[in-house]
Amino acid sequence: MKFQKEGISTAAIAGIVVVVVVVVAVGGYVALSPGQMPPTATITSTTTTSTVSTSTVPGGPVTASVVLNGAGSTFIQPVLTAMISQYQMTNPAVSINYQGIGSGGGISALEGKTVDFAASDAPLAAADQAKAPGALTIPTTIGAVTVAYNLPGIKSNLHLTGKTVADIFAGNVTMWNDPEIASQNSNVTLPAKSILVVHRSDSSGTTFTFTGYLSQVSTAWNKSIGQAKSVAWPVGLGANGNQGVAGVVQGTTFTVGYVELAYALSNSMTVASIQNSAGSWILPTLASSAAAAAAMTVLPAGAADWSKINLLNQPGTTTYPIVTYSYVIVYKELSTGSGMTQSKAAALVKFLWWSVHDGQGQAQALSYVPLPASVVTLNAATISSITFNGQTLPTT
Amino acid sequence: MTISGDRVFNLTSAIIAGSALAILAVTALTLISGSIPVLNQFGLGFFTGEKWNPVVGREVFGALPYLLGTLVTSGIALLVGVPLSLGIAIFLSEMSPPAIRVPISYLVELLAAVPSVIYGLWGVFVFRFYVRDYLEVPMSRYLGWIPAFSGTPFGLDVLTAGLILTIMIIPTVSSISREVLRAVPNSIREAGYSIGATRWEVVRNWVLNYGRSGIFGAVILGLGRAVGETMAVTMVIGNTVGPAAMPTSLLKGSQTMASLIASNVRDAGDPLVFSAYIGVGLMLMILGLSINVIAQLMVSRLLKVKGGAVE
Repeated sequence: MKFQKEGISTAAIAGIVVVVVVVVAVGGYVALSPGQMPPTATITSTTTTSTVSTSTVPGGPVTASVVLNGAGSTFIQPVLTAMISQYQMTNPAVSINYQGIGSGGGISALEGKTVDFAASDAPLAAADQAKAPGALTIPTTIGAVTVAYNLPGIKSNLHLTGKTVADIFAGNVTMWNDPEIASQNSNVTLPAKSILVVHRSDSSGTTFTFTGYLSQVSTAWNKSIGQAKSVAWPVGLGANGNQGVAGVVQGTTFTVGYVELAYALSNSMTVASIQNSAGSWILPTLASSAAAAAAMTVLPAGAADWSKINLLNQPGTTTYPIVTYSYVIVYKELSTGSGMTQSKAAALVKFLWWSVHDGQGQAQALSYVPLPASVVTLNAATISSITFNGQTLPTT
Repeated sequence: MTISGDRVFNLTSAIIAGSALAILAVTALTLISGSIPVLNQFGLGFFTGEKWNPVVGREVFGALPYLLGTLVTSGIALLVGVPLSLGIAIFLSEMSPPAIRVPISYLVELLAAVPSVIYGLWGVFVFRFYVRDYLEVPMSRYLGWIPAFSGTPFGLDVLTAGLILTIMIIPTVSSISREVLRAVPNSIREAGYSIGATRWEVVRNWVLNYGRSGIFGAVILGLGRAVGETMAVTMVIGNTVGPAAMPTSLLKGSQTMASLIASNVRDAGDPLVFSAYIGVGLMLMILGLSINVIAQLMVSRLLKVKGGAVE
């Protein structure tokens, strides 16, 4: 009998504990705004260590080391990672962590002040500018999106207009020998086979750029599908990441997909020439992508609104039309961020300065397009304007 | 005042047991409160709609295709995987000499230790071409007039996803079934043999019958694994969205709830879009819980029947 009584009372206590736990957890959840909830929840746990720590450099004296944290775009990740490892060879006291959690996640983290810098394929939208007042936009690298295909016997010279690309990805053109494709390719014998469309299954900056281009060149696309990091694809199969799309296209005949220029070049994929705004057929290359950046001569200041800026469909006879900037975004007044110290701020400014100058060599090595001189000059002015507690910081 | 060891023990274990309940309750509450925005806007249409558009400004969310995608791929896995697993279990417990039984049991259980991303990679680079060339091409040629076999053989579709899941549930279902069959008392088998039954008749009429509730439990565990599996499925299912994801044919791309969430939630910054993915998570949890509840009910019913003296 005694045992039973005890069992009942302990069960009651346990029940109360459970209720308290639930109430606390739900209260904590409700306190977070839904937009901030997902990224901050994942990042805070990994970035709480972003303070100055001491470490021993092998063979040297004990030096103070600085840890910088960034997060965001996976599109920029290969080049940013290469820049970071190159930078750390000459600056072992600075360690920089970059997490490719997606552009949206990076911007939320910057707004939540859990990272020191964010990287995004899209410039800050008006709503985000309001949530991150005083943020600076620094275009750091340039990428292009290619239309890659796998047609036996057709290793080059496939020509596509932007509208035709939109019609293929919207499912309006379903056969390779459709008159719309054939009329642009009179010198190529096209097979009477169905087109197998391959798109990204994960949300990505590559999709954002590609659908942005299709929205510009096709009113039907703009009306029915639009631009986003993941869209309602009417046809085709999804594959994960640039590698996934590249793998499916290369492994299956009669496919067409879109992959980022660096992946297309490193996998030696067959890519289509796209008709640019001047009417020329342009293959995606580093040079034709650089022409797009060079064509846009007027850019806003780093602290101004960039939300209308893109490199799609730029003028010029040698310009490839599907090109994008990828941006690093930081606060102008670095003390805005939590956990920012004088030494961290100084290290961040020096790294940013290096990344838009010497770091551009890394971009070229990885088949990303180095910034044109005018953009480097613009970025230099932007980075020089960064302050910590109102004081500007040395850039070298 | 001293506290007796019993008292401490009772309290601690009650709290630990209660925490399991608390985790479930907190998860459910989080999912429910997180999906309120999308349910407010689309109501029951969220569960019955086919359209899915995460583009800000033109949001439409209907999750029916992903529910069906999950059910169909898991259904294929059970349809193909359960007979195979039972065959393995019967061979290992009833027929094989110990010298073969031990290594084969180890190998089958080893399949369960392979990470799912490895199955996915193997699926996308190797297995899908076999499925396409030896199953889908003949299917589409000879049975293509049936809607369920229509479409272009591509190897990234409902069939490949179902077969990958089949391989993944075999170790779970077969090793539990084997244990269940080995627990059947020998007196049962002897009774069968004594009235002149063949080995097949003994297995079918007595051994399987005696162990059926346990086997059913094994099947449900396999189903649970298939429903929640994410990585391997997302790599081979084709990841279509919207009406295109309705699993109307074995040779069509589709999408499961788990793979949709895994692929897209990372960049879902907009509150309504994020809420839609949480809503799909809620559906997945409801499905998982219902499977387990139904399984519990059926197992207890089967056990009651067996408790009676008369079959």
